[in-house]
Amino acid sequence: MSASKFSNPVVRWIDHRLPIFSFLEHEANEYPTPKNLNYFWNFGSLAGISLVIMIVTGITLAMSYTAHVDYAFESVERIMRDVNHGWLLRYIHMNGASFFFIVVFVHIFRGLYYGSYKAPRELLWMLGVVILLLMMATAFMGYVLPWGQMSFWGATVITNLFSAIPFVGESIVTWLWGGFSVDNPTLNRFFALHYLMPFLIVGVVILHLVALHRFGSNNPLGIDTRGPQDTLPFHPYYTIKDFFGLSVFLTFLAAAVFFFPNFLGHPDNYIPANPMQTPAHIVPEWYFLPFYAILRAVPDKLGGVLAMFGAIAILFVLPWLDRSPVRSARFRPMFKIFFWILVIDCIVLGYVGAKPAEGMYLLVGRVATVWYFIHFLAILPLLSVIETPRPLPQSISTPVFGGGGGLAGAAAAPKEKV
Amino acid sequence: MAKSQSKTAADASVECKSRRDFIVVATYAMGAVGAGAFVWPLVDQMNPAADTLALASIEVDVSKIAEGQSITIKWRGKPIFIRHRTSSEIEEASVVSQDDLRDPEGDEVRAQKPEYLVVLGVCTHLGCVPLGQKVGEVRGEYGGWFCPCHGSHYDSSGRIRKGPAPLNLEVPPYSFLSDQVIRIG
Repeated sequence: MSASKFSNPVVRWIDHRLPIFSFLEHEANEYPTPKNLNYFWNFGSLAGISLVIMIVTGITLAMSYTAHVDYAFESVERIMRDVNHGWLLRYIHMNGASFFFIVVFVHIFRGLYYGSYKAPRELLWMLGVVILLLMMATAFMGYVLPWGQMSFWGATVITNLFSAIPFVGESIVTWLWGGFSVDNPTLNRFFALHYLMPFLIVGVVILHLVALHRFGSNNPLGIDTRGPQDTLPFHPYYTIKDFFGLSVFLTFLAAAVFFFPNFLGHPDNYIPANPMQTPAHIVPEWYFLPFYAILRAVPDKLGGVLAMFGAIAILFVLPWLDRSPVRSARFRPMFKIFFWILVIDCIVLGYVGAKPAEGMYLLVGRVATVWYFIHFLAILPLLSVIETPRPLPQSISTPVFGGGGGLAGAAAAPKEKV
Repeated sequence: MAKSQSKTAADASVECKSRRDFIVVATYAMGAVGAGAFVWPLVDQMNPAADTLALASIEVDVSKIAEGQSITIKWRGKPIFIRHRTSSEIEEASVVSQDDLRDPEGDEVRAQKPEYLVVLGVCTHLGCVPLGQKVGEVRGEYGGWFCPCHGSHYDSSGRIRKGPAPLNLEVPPYSFLSDQVIRIG
């Protein structure tokens, strides 16, 4: 039977009772993967490894951190100065958060470009959005822990978002705080939740992978694989490619950790929290800036909060907004243009989010916010009706003439060999 | 012609294999070094930090301790017993025959100056703090210390005389900086 795959008798004995080796063999070794994946498909595994790096450095940091308003700031400074390699662990954790978001944003835009959210991968996509939300909550609470000025005022501003909810808003905020302002109870629960949520993310990532392995990876052509001629075994072809991508990623992370550790941070967070004085210009971490810009673009408290959460919530229903049966933007000339406009729009939102909410910045922020929602709510449904997609190739292996794009070159290469 | 061609191809594949093996082994080795370099900080961060090590030695003024009196001070998170011994206690400690001791050790080895005995106040059985420091506390059958946890008796030199403990109370590393001040650690 299948157990005979393994020559080692101990492995065979265990696998017969607990088929963990068969599972790994099937899902990580022979797992058939489209043979035309490009480097954008590296970012899923990079995100997973980022999560592991964050959990490992986070657990070690928690061994020296004190979650108390009187000691939190000093315990972080002690980690930086006295704890063996504490500076390294904290800088990896700090910059690792930013790199985690970079990787995840690339991963999301790859999914948007190649239509990875479309049937039958809707749940895979929605689980990804859940992971994004959990990541944002985790990152926000982690940023509060050093108890600097940005920690404190970031916590104050973000928790106050919930006060916009009609009738129960104030009660919810008091409940979040465990008091009448951001204080010791808030810090304690944020620490507890910051420790918990990465493990929830691990759980959702497992579901994400189960959903992924049901139909396998999407690919740059966006068409289904039609058999073994279209796929490669995951090992060694994609394990080695993922490891190569990982070494490039770690090179960038190491460069940030060792040469620019505070580049993405804010100097105000090295000032201990002071509930009596707000810094003149408070900004969230860079990965929240586009959402912050949307929040400030709406001149109404509740409206701004709804728009900000709506910007993420809209991603949940994306598979039903984009009705075009063609997945990959390679075969959707109009979608491709609007995709890049959306990318620019998000970058503009991020830029505006870092600037004071006044004058031109406010105007640009409003235009960009409106465009963000128009893209998802109007353009995508409309495109699926008016756009004429280019002809799809028969299969990943079949050469296509006229309209195959990069595929024509790929098809030509084996020909020359013959 | 075909033959020679296949031969060169075979040679190339052999050479290619050994070269590839070298690259594979070198890659694994680099990976192992990299993993080790990452794992070491994760392990080493649990070792005592710089501020903990900075508190690893303390100075004590022993001139304030009256004869017959004992003080307890904290060193590296543990109690240190310093007893200013009376001449009869010194006498008792020095006349004991080595054959009567479970952990034979002369009193002159244990106390740098006979008046002052400095020992770690941790029973060598299972780590309780023995009684005998305060006036009125039980000092055991040998006039030193008595551990209430499992009934170990120590003499006036802190040596185990009766009960389950295997060793004498430990003498920490210390030195007299002057006649009055000792540095422990």
